[in-house]
Amino acid sequence: MKNIKFQLLTLIGAIMLLTSCGDNNGKNASSGALRSSAAEKVYVAPGELDEFYAFMSGGYSGNITVYGLPSGRMFKEIPVFSQFPTSGYGYSEETKPMLETSHGFVPWDDSHHPDISQTKGVLDGRWIFINGNNTPRIARISLTTFETEEIIEVPNSAGNHSSSFITENTEYVVAGTRFSVPVPQRDMPISEYKSNFKGALSFISVDPEHGHMDIKFQLLMPGFNYDLSHPGRDKSHGWFFFTTYNTEEANSLLEVNASQNDKDFIAAVNWKKIEEYVNNGGGTKMPANYAHNVYDEATHTATSTIRKEVLTVDPLKVPGAVYFLPTPKSPHGCDVDPTGQYIIGNGKLSADLTVHSFDKMIAAIEGKKFDGEAYGIPILKFEDVLAGTVKSGGLGPLHTEFDGKGNAYTTFFISSEVVKWKLGTWEVIDRKPTYYSVGHLMIPGGNSRKPFGKYVVAMNKITKDRYLPTGPEMEHSAQLYDITGEKMELLYDFPTHGEPHYAAGIPASILAPKSKKIYRLDENKHPYAVTSPDQARVERKGNEVHIYMSTIRSHFTPDNIEGVKVGDKVYFHITNHEQDFDVPHGFAMLGQNTSELLVMPGQTKTSIWEPKQVGVWPFYCTDFCSALHQEMQGYVRVSPANSNIELSWSLGD
Amino acid sequence: MKINHIYKTIYLLVVFIAFYSCKDNDAKQTTTSVQTTQEAVSDSQKGQAFIEDDSSTPNVLQIAMGSPDHTTLVAAVQAAGLENSLVNAGPLMVFAPTNEAFAALPPGTVEDLLKPENKQKLAAILKHHVTAGNYDKDFLKKFKKLGQADDTNVMVEVKGEDVFIGGAKIVASIKAGNGIVHVVDKVILPE
Repeated sequence: MKNIKFQLLTLIGAIMLLTSCGDNNGKNASSGALRSSAAEKVYVAPGELDEFYAFMSGGYSGNITVYGLPSGRMFKEIPVFSQFPTSGYGYSEETKPMLETSHGFVPWDDSHHPDISQTKGVLDGRWIFINGNNTPRIARISLTTFETEEIIEVPNSAGNHSSSFITENTEYVVAGTRFSVPVPQRDMPISEYKSNFKGALSFISVDPEHGHMDIKFQLLMPGFNYDLSHPGRDKSHGWFFFTTYNTEEANSLLEVNASQNDKDFIAAVNWKKIEEYVNNGGGTKMPANYAHNVYDEATHTATSTIRKEVLTVDPLKVPGAVYFLPTPKSPHGCDVDPTGQYIIGNGKLSADLTVHSFDKMIAAIEGKKFDGEAYGIPILKFEDVLAGTVKSGGLGPLHTEFDGKGNAYTTFFISSEVVKWKLGTWEVIDRKPTYYSVGHLMIPGGNSRKPFGKYVVAMNKITKDRYLPTGPEMEHSAQLYDITGEKMELLYDFPTHGEPHYAAGIPASILAPKSKKIYRLDENKHPYAVTSPDQARVERKGNEVHIYMSTIRSHFTPDNIEGVKVGDKVYFHITNHEQDFDVPHGFAMLGQNTSELLVMPGQTKTSIWEPKQVGVWPFYCTDFCSALHQEMQGYVRVSPANSNIELSWSLGD
Repeated sequence: MKINHIYKTIYLLVVFIAFYSCKDNDAKQTTTSVQTTQEAVSDSQKGQAFIEDDSSTPNVLQIAMGSPDHTTLVAAVQAAGLENSLVNAGPLMVFAPTNEAFAALPPGTVEDLLKPENKQKLAAILKHHVTAGNYDKDFLKKFKKLGQADDTNVMVEVKGEDVFIGGAKIVASIKAGNGIVHVVDKVILPE
């Protein structure tokens, strides 16, 4: 309503101009007013498509949501770390292994920072990675199927927050620990934290062809909190930068005790140097316990393997690999500009941003200009590495992204605003309010060598009155700004799902053409698949009953099954025989202690049912698949445990 | 009612500028002005500070606004445009000098700071009275210094039962929805 009123007023204004002025001026005025119409800029007409994909982390939802920009329309929620009844992810027998960890089945996580794979520092759109913050894990999601394909647990880590950022050729996905812990874990007094706990920074290699992840090495750093990180790029490729806080190494009431030092550090890690050290046999193998879960697209099935060893590296063993850059006030975001020259520390308890220079850092290292050391790691002199300070006037800077045109955009949590400033001169160019208390922001490609500097999305923590109220709990708000001009222009406001801690955007033209439409039935290697309806059958192995079932519009084969008994474990292995884009079939059984399943065309999924009551129980398709969807149903007859009724199955008899 | 009033103001401004443009004969320029004006009017009245909510615990701004002893402070916050920062999730600890404390400043100081050209200076002084944190008076005794929102520190001194922040004595404390307000008897000037 508000927007409409504003547009109406603008329109009235434009009409006033037209009527009150001469024709020439009037024409200019009206086109100017229309040109700045926010509504027009975000309007994607019915049937038209958005220009960008935006992948937003779900925070405590554990997942990723996919949006279109500029429309703000949500397309999909991709289940990653959380069980998801909508598709049956984490409920189907095939996907349960994805959520296995060394702590057993963990059906949830806190997903934080998505990052899209890159080649030569440019988004390549093959995969998106995201970290599970709570039970440390990194996931890889295919950007052709939009399905989670792999999850690796990160041992010796706790609060996997400075993750999951990738190097510019996707050599590594990097995961740093927020909480330092005893390494290896052991029973010890908490009060002995200082100098005993370690912070593990994990470099997980990514196989260039299949994307498979493997922990190459873990750098065991002093027991600080490693908050956020970003890779060097272009000239600084080969380095990785991590913000730290709690360099005081407090273990209680951090809000007081971790704010005592005027400066914490940005840790600069020369990973190429460490990689070389490791490739030459360096590092110490340490016993560990972590899960590695891989989903195979051909078998439509995930497997979980427990790994028992990890390679650790003591930073002191690799001289010249790690340095500390003093950075004021518990820096949060750690961002590197597209040229790789500037490393930005967003001092969350500060009003200012600290920008370090990569060239100056290298010069200081070469000149050995150190200002002491921490646990043997050289500390560079603040003045020697400082490129500049952005005096923003805002409060609580958190995160910075870049437009590729020499500008940076920083969120300020306390003063609720996005501030645009210029790299090199550090002058503030513009500031726009957000609604309210903004956390992260995202420009598509904004943390690569080549940003697509058209829009910035601000992701807010507080919604309050932005939408119709829905009780005490509200979805978080996001705001979209046009950043093509000198000044930012607020275009649109839309709700997001869960708590987006970060997002990654990419032009639709890179992803849309290779998005998968169906799984080919003739390539289905699932051991329980039936590739034609005449293979449909029911087999008993002891108290296990395996139903090999197929679906096509609009029936299950078979749809009547008898001979199942109380105490049996019934597996419905359902193969969807459709080979038509966007025609899934669903499956749900009355009284089943699990969720429904959604089976994509050509796919096989398995649902388990342990009937406890005698009777004739129906199942049905949960997806409105066709005009005869309501006819897509079946019955299972459940007899007493001691019954001698033979197994039988049928369709249309 | 308030919102209607804003719309009316915008409408009047648009009309006014439309008239003005005829003299100027520069319609392009005018269009920009129309936009800027709309934005300026709406932005200054938008934000968390202007949400009506009478069921939550009052925030630090609402507490200050409701206190007859803090009219000078409130006027200063409004002049500096800091309303929206003070209603943030925070947590925020505000050291709130009384009217009397402001009156004790050299004559003309407050009037001078309230001038539009001194907005930045005023904002810096006010931020010197804000800490990101939420600690009661007793808990503050644990600190030697506090890091303020203007990026400088203030000393914490304990004399008997009294706690002094940057030389100003805490005379009362009120818990807020997003932090705490400590009433102090002096204006804390950055060093």
